[in-house]
Amino acid sequence: MSARYSVTTRTPASTGALIAALALVVLLALAPLYASRGLIQDLFFILTMLTLAQFWNLLAGYGGLVSVGQQAFVGIGAYALYGVVILGGVDPVPAILLGGVAALVLAIPTAFFAFRLQGAYFAIGTWVIAEIARLGVAQWRSVGGGTGTSLPRDALGDMMLVEGIAALFDVRASAARDILAYWLALALAAGTIAGIYALLRTRRGLALAAVRDNTEAARSVGVDAGRMKWLVFLTAAFGTGLAGGLIYLQKARISPDAAFSVTDWTAYVIFIVVIGCIGTIEGPIIGVLVFFLLQSLLADYGSWYLMLLGLIGIAVMLFAPRGLWGLISEKTGLQLFPIRRRLVGGVLTSKEG
Amino acid sequence: MIWVDTILQGVLLGGLYALFAAGLSLVFGIMRLVNLAHGDLIVFGAYLILVIVSALGLHPVVGALLAAPLMFCLGWVLQKAVLNRTLGDDILPPLLVTFGLSIAIQNGLLEGFSADSQRLSMGALETASVAVGPVSLGVLPLLTFGSAVAVIVALNQVMYRTAIGRAFRATSDDPVTASLMGIRPDRVFATATALAMLVVTVAALYLGTRANFDPAIGPARLIYAFEAVIIGGLGSLWGTLAGGIVIGVAQTVGAAINPEWQILAGHVAFLVVLLLRPRGLFPRGQ
Amino acid sequence: MSLLETRSLTARYGDFQALFGVDIRLEPGETVAIIGANGAGKTTLMRAITGVLRSAPDSILYRGAPIGDLPADAVMKRGIAMVPEGRRLFPSLSVEENLLIGAQHKGGRDFGDALDDLLTETGRDLRRAFFGPHGLPPRRPGLALGDRLRAAALGPHGLPRHDAGPQHTGAGYWSLETVYDLFPILRERRHSPGTALSGGQQQMVAIGRALISNPDVLLCDEISLGLAPVVIRDIYAALPRIKASGASVIVVEQDIGQALAVADRVYCMMEGRVTLTGKPSEIGRADIHAAYFGAAA
Ligand SMILES: Nc1ncnc2c1ncn2[C@@H]1O[C@H](COP(=O)(O)OP(=O)(O)OP(=O)(O)O)[C@@H](O)[C@H]1O
Ligand SMILES: [Mg+2]
Repeated sequence: MSARYSVTTRTPASTGALIAALALVVLLALAPLYASRGLIQDLFFILTMLTLAQFWNLLAGYGGLVSVGQQAFVGIGAYALYGVVILGGVDPVPAILLGGVAALVLAIPTAFFAFRLQGAYFAIGTWVIAEIARLGVAQWRSVGGGTGTSLPRDALGDMMLVEGIAALFDVRASAARDILAYWLALALAAGTIAGIYALLRTRRGLALAAVRDNTEAARSVGVDAGRMKWLVFLTAAFGTGLAGGLIYLQKARISPDAAFSVTDWTAYVIFIVVIGCIGTIEGPIIGVLVFFLLQSLLADYGSWYLMLLGLIGIAVMLFAPRGLWGLISEKTGLQLFPIRRRLVGGVLTSKEG
Repeated sequence: MIWVDTILQGVLLGGLYALFAAGLSLVFGIMRLVNLAHGDLIVFGAYLILVIVSALGLHPVVGALLAAPLMFCLGWVLQKAVLNRTLGDDILPPLLVTFGLSIAIQNGLLEGFSADSQRLSMGALETASVAVGPVSLGVLPLLTFGSAVAVIVALNQVMYRTAIGRAFRATSDDPVTASLMGIRPDRVFATATALAMLVVTVAALYLGTRANFDPAIGPARLIYAFEAVIIGGLGSLWGTLAGGIVIGVAQTVGAAINPEWQILAGHVAFLVVLLLRPRGLFPRGQ
Repeated sequence: MSLLETRSLTARYGDFQALFGVDIRLEPGETVAIIGANGAGKTTLMRAITGVLRSAPDSILYRGAPIGDLPADAVMKRGIAMVPEGRRLFPSLSVEENLLIGAQHKGGRDFGDALDDLLTETGRDLRRAFFGPHGLPPRRPGLALGDRLRAAALGPHGLPRHDAGPQHTGAGYWSLETVYDLFPILRERRHSPGTALSGGQQQMVAIGRALISNPDVLLCDEISLGLAPVVIRDIYAALPRIKASGASVIVVEQDIGQALAVADRVYCMMEGRVTLTGKPSEIGRADIHAAYFGAAA
């Protein structure tokens, strides 16, 4: 009898997780049927932060590229959207895609420059580029210069699908816009997670883990670390740009300081990833929920809340560097998005043959 | 002639940036620690001086003298209790912890002092100037530059002429072997950060007297400081001064062309230097 | 009482166990050689004794006192100095500065000690203020979250133990001058960067750097490694003067001939265990061969 070995990445928990994830997406997609407008807006916030966190995790957790300059891509994606909507009269929804493309275009020279730098230099270098982008955009008079601008009323009014949604749910146009933005955010977040998971399970993805663990060793077995870094950096920039466009489409008002804020779009995102667990897909999901929970609980305490957030980030890094998900999976061995391949079957029965 | 003036003003501004950067350069050079809270610590120092000055009715310089030992101890405790645990090959822990610290300090100050901008008053000194040939230079900028040079001379003396400086360099080379020689790396690092906080106090004095400050301006100072350190080359304190001057001159020249380009020009100069010389102008060793 | 003694000493690197119950001892005035093939665990043994790797407190006794859990600097301050494998000079320091580093830390308290104590006492006072004179109720160790967090952040041994034991004075025969007399070439090269010297000269600096603290025990890890025979001879020629200054010595050697020539007693190690002990005159080639490579000699 020949032993039946097979190589799989699946675990019982992961099969369950897949079904649960699909159900959750359906449930969330139907949220406009049962959720209030406030809840929809909260979910929008959670989903967009989750997207940003997944992309930063891809960069730093898997790619080893600790960037402090992701706000450059949020800002440029948002401003590209405002630019083509205000100046070109493009519909805001497809303009989100242009936001992603603009971020991609900015990412190419950024990578050329930043990949010459290592470690701390890389982190600071990306931050400086984000500052340059902010100061550059502040010179762009037709989108409001340093003070910023709003999306024109008629562009918002004529936005595709809004009318249909308004009729479908029998709500006003502004609520319909929130629903549309929410659906887009859900699609973006789900697509991001599925895409990153798929990427990590390919041969390239495994190579990525190898590069993260040891650049030298990975190179010696033929992994092209340079190409992987480019792939990861550009993917993250594109996704971050999409999220930036979408976030500011929903906000309908923009300024360079807000769109290129290192605190909002990089510091908090890093906290989310690290509080959750860096280098896993589950981590940012847990992290964003904790982040949102803290924010809602402590919303009345203003800057105390932010101070506490900073201190929590410090405490997690010092005392539980693998984050909350790290603690959970260490205890339970749970893996919802397994990436490591395991040999199953055969092993115990093979003696009979 | 106007250009001579612009460049001289830029050099003097560079002195301020070098002061922002000197403490960072020391810490970064000795333990490769990226302290993202450095700018906020300078701002914190400025508020500490402000509190002392307004509570006791003292001159800001005396206030800074009183603040210095407090800042020294703060640096020691910070390094010993928190930052030492983040050191290692991975840059994420120090980055995240100092990011957290930065946000905690900013919001703590915001809660304590509101977002209103503040200033340390030096009285008549603020507007005094001396004529050097055809250009007139402010006394305060000259003092700043002089202080930057003095700080760097002093740090170099400490680094190359004293036992603690020897321990700094040995621990930076190889902490395990240093501990075999009876050195406690955690202590050495704590001393280095404490020393850096003395420099931060000097920087805070000039930050507060040269312009208005508020709780949110730390990160921008951090970027200037880092640019100066990286332009100068890791571990070279004179290089840090040169780096500060490069940023300062680029900013004043940029501002002379178009006032809105001041900050942008400084960042662009940083990128250009780094593209041409990725290890900075005066890298140590090799 | 032996000067230095290990008792069932074990050591591990993560999951890999490198020492399995090693017992060695060093008597006052003795020279002991430790030999063994590559990877036998000789350097690991030195690391454990010097505190680079922490062990259980009483698995290492120095003058009868447990030192296994002391950090490296505290062990050095008790009077055990080390010439590490591969010399490990500080590249940023000149020859003279490299030597002075060894002399820098005499006994006595400095500012850091005072501040450390202040912090510890403040912490204790605060705890008292909050929890009363008896502190927190006793806990079962290992169960409390705090214990686990501490273990995660600081490793199983926690914060370095404060060493209240007898401190070595650091005074004695060796000084910059006497080291220069021992190795005159170093005086000529005193201002060169340590790493600009030849291998043999670097080894002299490493020995001088350890001697200058006037240790009672000197540990030398493979001081002949990679050196020409005449250079090895020069370096070993210094051994009598080192012994005359009052130090007892442990040399780790790959060169069996050299080890047998200088040692009063020899330990042979294999795969993390001591496999042979004896006086050089008492052990033969076959014994050593068996102890080195396993039973099938
Ligand atoms: N830092 C480390 N991490 C993991 N394993 C280690 C480490 N250092 C040594 N080892 C392993 O521990 C064992 C003993 O090593 P050790 O360096 O003590 O041997 P040694 O007897 O000094 O050898 P050599 O003669 O080559 O110096 C070896 O198997 C080695 O691979
Ligand atoms: Mg060895």
